[in-house]
Amino acid sequence: MIVLASLTILLPFAAAFAGMLLGPRLSRLLRPRKVEPVPGGGPATTEQAWWRAAITAERSPLRNGPALLACLPLALAAVFAAIVAFTVWRSPGARTGTLTLIETGSVPIRVGLQADGLAAVVGLMVCCVALAVQVYSIAYMAKDPRYSSYAAFISLFTAAMLLVVYSGDLLLLYVGWEVMGVCSYFLIGHHWEDRANSRAAVKAFLVTRLGDVGFLLGILALGVGAKSFVIEDVLARLSEMPHATVTAAAFLLLAGVAGKSAQFPLHTWLPDAMAGPTPISALIHAATMVAAGIFVVARLYGVFVTGSGVLTLLGVLAVVSMVGSALAALAQDDIKRVLAYSTISQLAVMAAGLAVGADTAAIFHLLTHGAFKALLFLAAGSVILVTGSNLLGRYGGLRRAMPVTFWSMTVGLAALVGLPPVSGWFSKDAVIEAAQHAALHGDPEPQGWFSATPIPETGPPPPSITQFHGGALKAYAEANFTQVNWVAPPLPGWAAWLVYLGLLLTVALTAAYAVRLWLMTFFGEQRGDFEPREAPKLMTWTVAALAVPAAIMGFFGGGAEELRPHVGSALIALALAGLGGGAAFLLWNRDPARDPARVLGPVRPVLERGFYVDELYALVIVRPVRAAARLVVAADARGIDAAVVGAAGAARRLGGALRAPQNGNPQTYLTGLLAGVVVIAAVVVVFL
Amino acid sequence: MHLLYPAVVSALLFSVGVYGVLARRNAILVLMAVELMLNAVNLNLVAFDVFWRDRLHGGQVLTLFTIVIAAAEVGLGLAIVLLVYRNRQMIDVDRLRDLAEDRAPGKALDPPGEATPDWVAEGAS
Amino acid sequence: MTGQEIVFALLGVVAVGSGVLVVTTRQIVHAALWLVVSFGALAGGYLVLTAEFVAWVQVLIYVGAVVVLLLFGIMLTRAPIGAAELDSGNRWAALAVAAGTAAVLVTVVVLGFRGVSAPPKAGGGSAEELGAAVFRTWVLPFEVLSVLLLAALVGAIVLSRSDIGPPEPGHEADRDVHRDGEEDR
Repeated sequence: MIVLASLTILLPFAAAFAGMLLGPRLSRLLRPRKVEPVPGGGPATTEQAWWRAAITAERSPLRNGPALLACLPLALAAVFAAIVAFTVWRSPGARTGTLTLIETGSVPIRVGLQADGLAAVVGLMVCCVALAVQVYSIAYMAKDPRYSSYAAFISLFTAAMLLVVYSGDLLLLYVGWEVMGVCSYFLIGHHWEDRANSRAAVKAFLVTRLGDVGFLLGILALGVGAKSFVIEDVLARLSEMPHATVTAAAFLLLAGVAGKSAQFPLHTWLPDAMAGPTPISALIHAATMVAAGIFVVARLYGVFVTGSGVLTLLGVLAVVSMVGSALAALAQDDIKRVLAYSTISQLAVMAAGLAVGADTAAIFHLLTHGAFKALLFLAAGSVILVTGSNLLGRYGGLRRAMPVTFWSMTVGLAALVGLPPVSGWFSKDAVIEAAQHAALHGDPEPQGWFSATPIPETGPPPPSITQFHGGALKAYAEANFTQVNWVAPPLPGWAAWLVYLGLLLTVALTAAYAVRLWLMTFFGEQRGDFEPREAPKLMTWTVAALAVPAAIMGFFGGGAEELRPHVGSALIALALAGLGGGAAFLLWNRDPARDPARVLGPVRPVLERGFYVDELYALVIVRPVRAAARLVVAADARGIDAAVVGAAGAARRLGGALRAPQNGNPQTYLTGLLAGVVVIAAVVVVFL
Repeated sequence: MHLLYPAVVSALLFSVGVYGVLARRNAILVLMAVELMLNAVNLNLVAFDVFWRDRLHGGQVLTLFTIVIAAAEVGLGLAIVLLVYRNRQMIDVDRLRDLAEDRAPGKALDPPGEATPDWVAEGAS
Repeated sequence: MTGQEIVFALLGVVAVGSGVLVVTTRQIVHAALWLVVSFGALAGGYLVLTAEFVAWVQVLIYVGAVVVLLLFGIMLTRAPIGAAELDSGNRWAALAVAAGTAAVLVTVVVLGFRGVSAPPKAGGGSAEELGAAVFRTWVLPFEVLSVLLLAALVGAIVLSRSDIGPPEPGHEADRDVHRDGEEDR
């Protein structure tokens, strides 16, 4: 088990290095002798050359060295992850294994993995989405001259996320967490020739780093408090640790989570991260980076539950994030920014689920979101590739030319909105139901169970999110459940109501922007200047393949009781979604050629700029920091440097005064010498 | 005969030589002044030799030696003066200032506060 | 005050006075000539002090050789023979130092030897006596002095000849090439 899990991590890791070092060489080795040498990303310049390269690459991905080195290990890793998930499903329980122990002198660092239900399903999801992204990228990035490093970084990114997922040790988790941050920097800035892209990469890196500082401190607080960095031990010793320590650690961890999962107030990097290639957005949004934050909350749920007030704060942040970013998504022109804001919104839905104690539902939403958001981004990538533009205003009428993309995107948007029976409906409904329960009854059912003590292979089954995998498992788990339950304390009434109402409002807004996106892209008249056609087959196939889980994944949740749809909340949500979507449709129908967002009127620029949060940060943080930097530079130049230079100058001037006699005239020297001798002799004569 | 006479004459003659060495510009005149000083010393040596009635005549013999050395010194000194003259077309002692430090390196120092890193300048815009 | 003292005082005044003229005159050749006067007066002083051999040597070498050498130097450097600025700007400092030196020396001498006086005894400085002293007692310094004179002779020749000295780069290179060729052979 642990070997398989470690192989799952190590395969993409090795693939990253192999792809970086050997990819182009393998490509040359595999190149057919007679065919013109375009695959593998030779720097083709013209559009035609690119299409030819894309087609050639699509026809023979087997001849593309970096692609082979990226996809095959990942596919193998996906198989391993599936085996792990299957094993955990058949006999639930957390498998832990220690690979090696690093003695540090105080608390040893255990390089160990932990494969339980949570890790298994998320790991499987990560592998699948990453594989889809890799396959899609073969065609999408066919003309890119740096495809090989791109694919290698995706592999490294995936490996890091898998490390976070399977890690059994907080420090190991932190390693993966940071490697992800670096990879996101490289990938967002993949087209660094454009200054805006590299700035977006730096912004993403810095903003997430800001949260990571808190995250690291939180980990250290937990580890030092528990005298162990092993996650199981930490969770088991929570009750022994001082309450203040746990609370502080939880708040610190929350900072890291907010940074990685792009929650308010550290969400600003995500829309800008759209500067990266579209498959990267799919990877970051669906499987890896942003999912890590939610995953860590679920993994360390005990800490968040124990720390007082943390979940309330998480809920409030989630409401702000989900409503605000849904509103912002409503007004965006750029298709990728719409999806980016929707990601923030959906992540906030997950965070809200965690806040009201529905951690299972939240992780379920993470999985379905991973599927449908990857689908949406990849489909959007196809649209962008065909139309050559990111702007919604330049699409229109793509329904007939791109049927596969159209239907896939429809499924994805339906899942995003939460229409039955696609996956998003199940997961979102579960979260809304939990929030409703919390708001109405003020005492949510205990829905999340996390093992607090290490469980041997044969021991009682653990209580984890494996419940999605079937009712039999659920029953088994409940029958044998003997472990500590992390029951979320009830949120304060106002917070629960806030979360509930925020969720409902988000549903309506989500429907509105999803319908707007759908209509403006695929219906009406063609507005841009492009030749409508379907994207390369490799891409459409990938998108279509992702549509399958996005459509049916919700039914897997039927096995767990709390994930089954509830009529009441489902109806309310559906009605609201219908309201939002209907409004968007009516507005669009009045004049299909124009953007429905026009009715927002003067509010629109506000929403489009994301409530001027960036500008606010620029005003409140960036400018003072820059001013302080200038001040420091000025102080350095005028103060410290000037003191140094001035000291030198003063010494020189002083020396200049002493230098005047040293004019090179030996007579003056001799005069001085003899005068000295005379004076000494006179002194001797007079006083001795 | 009183010892003070030769001693005072010698002291005065030495002082005159000192003045000549310090005040004269022409190198040959400086050499002459040096000769005056040497003679003052010689006078002292002879006077004390005579007054103490030195049986070994150290003072007078040393005077002879000094005279010889002075002759050699004048010869060498004149050779040096001629060399200087050949190289510089003048023998003014106070214009031979190669001992002085070169003043040019003073320009190496940058005025402070001029160089600003470009990222700061960028931030200002 | 004895006659000896009077004669010596007069000679001393002449020596010091002509010395002052040597260091103050505006004409460089005059300076050399006043130097002759000063040396001559000193030679007379030596005679009064009964150091006759030294006196003659003084006349022979100083007046006869050194001054002639200096005159040669004056002529070879084509120094301005007429009136010219022979003093440097250092004069007042030099005057102060010289006055200080004179004051200190005279004070010390007067304080130290106020009461010392002895009648000079004739014959103490004859050639015979001095010759015996030089070649008996002082023969080693005498020989060393001959080496010093040789060194001064060689040095003077090296300094004043223009055709020897540091070789110019081109010549050096030629010579090196030549030497290399020889070694090759």
